[in-house]
Amino acid sequence: MATAVRAMTDNAWARFAARRLLRLLLSIWVLLTAAFLMIHLIPGDPVRAALGVTAPAELVNARREQLGLNDPLWTQYGHYLADLFSGRLGVSTISGLPVSQVIADRYPATLELAVYAFLVAVALSVPLGLTMAVLTRTGRRRRLELGFTSTSVFLGTVPEFLVGAFLVYVFGVRLGLAPIAGWAGPDSYVLPVLALAIGPAAVLARITRVETLAVLEADFIRTARAKRLPDRRLYLRHALPNSLTATVTVAGLLLGGLVAATVLVENVFAWPGLGSTIVSSILAKDYPVVQAIVLVYGLGVLLVNLVVDVGLALLDPRSTIRES
Amino acid sequence: MPRLRTPLGGTAAVLLVAVLATAVLAPPLWGEKAAAAADTANILQGASAAHWAGTDGLGRDIFFRVLVATRLSVLLALLATGLGVLTGLLLGAAPLLVGARVGRLVTAAVNIAVAFPGLLLALSFAVVFGVGGTGAVLAIGFAIAPAFARLTGTLVATVAERDYIAAARIAGVGRLRILVRHVLPNIGEPLVVNATVAAGGSLLAFAGLSYLGLGVQAPAYDWGRLLGEGLNSLYMHPLAALVPGGAVVLAGLALNLTGEAVARGIGQTTPLFTAVRRRRPEAPLPSNQDSADVVLAVEGLHVSFPGVTPVRGVSFTVRRGEAVGVVGESGSGKSLTALAIAQLIEEPGQVRAERLEFAGEDLRHGPSRAQRRLLGTSLAMVFQDPMTSFNPTQRIGRQLAEPARAHQGLSRRRAFDRAVDRLRAVRLPAPERRAHQFPHEFSGGMRQRAMIGMGLMGTPMLILADEPTTALDVTVQRQVLALLEDVRATTAAALVLISHDITVVGQVCERVLVMYAGRIVEDVATAELSTAARHPYTQALLAAVPHLGTDRDRPLTVIPGRPADPGDTPVGCAFAPRCAYADDLCRRADPPLEGGVACWHADRTVAPPGPGG
Repeated sequence: MATAVRAMTDNAWARFAARRLLRLLLSIWVLLTAAFLMIHLIPGDPVRAALGVTAPAELVNARREQLGLNDPLWTQYGHYLADLFSGRLGVSTISGLPVSQVIADRYPATLELAVYAFLVAVALSVPLGLTMAVLTRTGRRRRLELGFTSTSVFLGTVPEFLVGAFLVYVFGVRLGLAPIAGWAGPDSYVLPVLALAIGPAAVLARITRVETLAVLEADFIRTARAKRLPDRRLYLRHALPNSLTATVTVAGLLLGGLVAATVLVENVFAWPGLGSTIVSSILAKDYPVVQAIVLVYGLGVLLVNLVVDVGLALLDPRSTIRES
Repeated sequence: MPRLRTPLGGTAAVLLVAVLATAVLAPPLWGEKAAAAADTANILQGASAAHWAGTDGLGRDIFFRVLVATRLSVLLALLATGLGVLTGLLLGAAPLLVGARVGRLVTAAVNIAVAFPGLLLALSFAVVFGVGGTGAVLAIGFAIAPAFARLTGTLVATVAERDYIAAARIAGVGRLRILVRHVLPNIGEPLVVNATVAAGGSLLAFAGLSYLGLGVQAPAYDWGRLLGEGLNSLYMHPLAALVPGGAVVLAGLALNLTGEAVARGIGQTTPLFTAVRRRRPEAPLPSNQDSADVVLAVEGLHVSFPGVTPVRGVSFTVRRGEAVGVVGESGSGKSLTALAIAQLIEEPGQVRAERLEFAGEDLRHGPSRAQRRLLGTSLAMVFQDPMTSFNPTQRIGRQLAEPARAHQGLSRRRAFDRAVDRLRAVRLPAPERRAHQFPHEFSGGMRQRAMIGMGLMGTPMLILADEPTTALDVTVQRQVLALLEDVRATTAAALVLISHDITVVGQVCERVLVMYAGRIVEDVATAELSTAARHPYTQALLAAVPHLGTDRDRPLTVIPGRPADPGDTPVGCAFAPRCAYADDLCRRADPPLEGGVACWHADRTVAPPGPGG
């Protein structure tokens, strides 16, 4: 019987892994194809558009030939996939640099920004949400609850680049406390990271609070209270893990959004990452760079989603088994 | 919209109307002022009486430019939302429109697209559609479409199986017509709510794209472009960025909050608790001298919530090793009595008692460390629903071990060994393996055994079991009752067994307390229950139990009338409205519990109504 139960559990995990892997591969394929189509759906001739109307026809044609744009679509698609898998991302039409080098130069700044912002958001929101839930449970402290809810709704609505602009105004211009642009020393991180983190932190804190409130009503919390455990243990060991499931789901969604929001925040703070690069590349019609950056962002989002799903499965083993 | 009658909804609606009015009125009223270059001497001026928010690089008034920009900003956001909603609707309803097979493909594609953040989609679409206002509308519209398609798909799936859809299909109604006539009206409300919130989102997204230079292009201007220009001169002239920024936030909030308010109006609103008036606890009375073998002494126990007092003066004692049953209909206050004894009533609930002692310890004065320890080791609780009473994220063994670690200072290893030993004591098969499992791997009966085992981690003096067998089937019920008796015999712990089922109590307990409307109405030995019960309510309870001699052709006996409403208990005896013996005295004065029964006519009610009448 023991082995039977073990085998069933293992099986559920294997099924979960297989299903999740299949979805990841499918999503990656869709992403690759969409990035390919994105360039080929552009109305008109992208090379002509990039080189300008005054460029001689031979130059345009030579460039088209060089990029393989004169081949049939299927052949181009095949070349595109083959190039991707061998790491050849093409050459920037503006700077002439290999795209892979542009990406390698730019992605660390963006990754740092996103990771720090996410960590700050979680570190702020989970304790805050938990504390708020404990303080306002069963309808006590209504004024505190109202203040918290309205503040968090407000902060959750304001877009990141506006938060960034406001922070620059207050801390950079008015108080002169923090540098407002560029990527230098540790204090240059403060404002961009905060600008990215505040909105998601507000949303997460609200969700943590609501989930924790629901958990605090649960029968097993009464059981834990009947055991006369210290409050710290009651809230951290019994309530928190159960309220984290929804929080992690939402955190994952927010992290995906946060990755994308770096685009705006980087532009506010002149942060030398992928986000400022993609905007200038779109404006300059530097399509190979745009395509590669979209791929990097997309893969990042897919990776985040995978981590979230695995994390959820570990947190709440029932969901994995039930689903398969 | 009649659903906006909350402060939140009201504020949101006023904001929204203001934004829309500005969008309509501002361009004709102030369009010229906004376009007019005041004069070249007034470039990048700060706020002044003539220019409230100063002037921009060409000497134009920023305040009026922000007002005039409302129209384009709102219009583009609404266009993008409309496009997104329509596309999402068609994609989401694909299973209905183009058949199940293609529909499944579309749904799969939507599910993949939803995983990518809207801004990333919008940027990719902006590449395809080109830089500019039209491109941005298409980009944002298509970017919000997947989320909408998913929502529509879920909603359509719930409606598509209904009978009237099937009927329409059989009647040969076209697919598009079914969607428009039969499906959409039934899923309209949530769609409108989400479209409103999405409009707020696209407004903010548009500001973002225009700020990046990918949206509206000069000479046209929306808030995003004004913001971008303002940010360039933030040092010299902060208002140029802060004013359009404020406008964006305000309009975004107006749309979002309106959506939220309507959503809240559609869903069930949670009943607001009325303000809790804290009652000052009454001065403690000197406790009676009592013999040492009383485990639990309760006198004048009241449990109240704002507006209701479901437990109204309960008094009883439980002696060492004694088994006492508490019976009554749901709402009689029996579970609250147990929770009050166990100190588990939380705010806004209030517990008052003239006396509340467990093992000689007065429980009425806040939980001291020693008291928590006493309750944690000597009072065992068994709750009604074993499926929900264990923490789903922790292994059973660890949950049992917890109190031993907290109160008895056992190491992790030793506490766990003790847990395994206790699981064996409650006759759980394979306790070592079971201790490593999660609650969802246990059956209901096994969980209830484990719960009893948890109570045995310390040295229980009292087991408080609140409907421990109600959620279990009859054979398991019998096993759990046998286990409780067994535990009582081996540990000499007293038992308070709460149940709505008088026969369950009769099997296990020596004494029965019958509760009605928050009071004990009878206190009688189990052996004398069928012969010497004197309260009309107890007699009615007994008569309602079917047994082998019950005439099955006759309807089952029921107690006439409704259980007393805890929020509205009468002045006299609470049972009087349902009692055949009630007279004026009963309706005027509440009878005290004297000689084991609380009834003015305890002596007059002669023979209990026999089985079958």
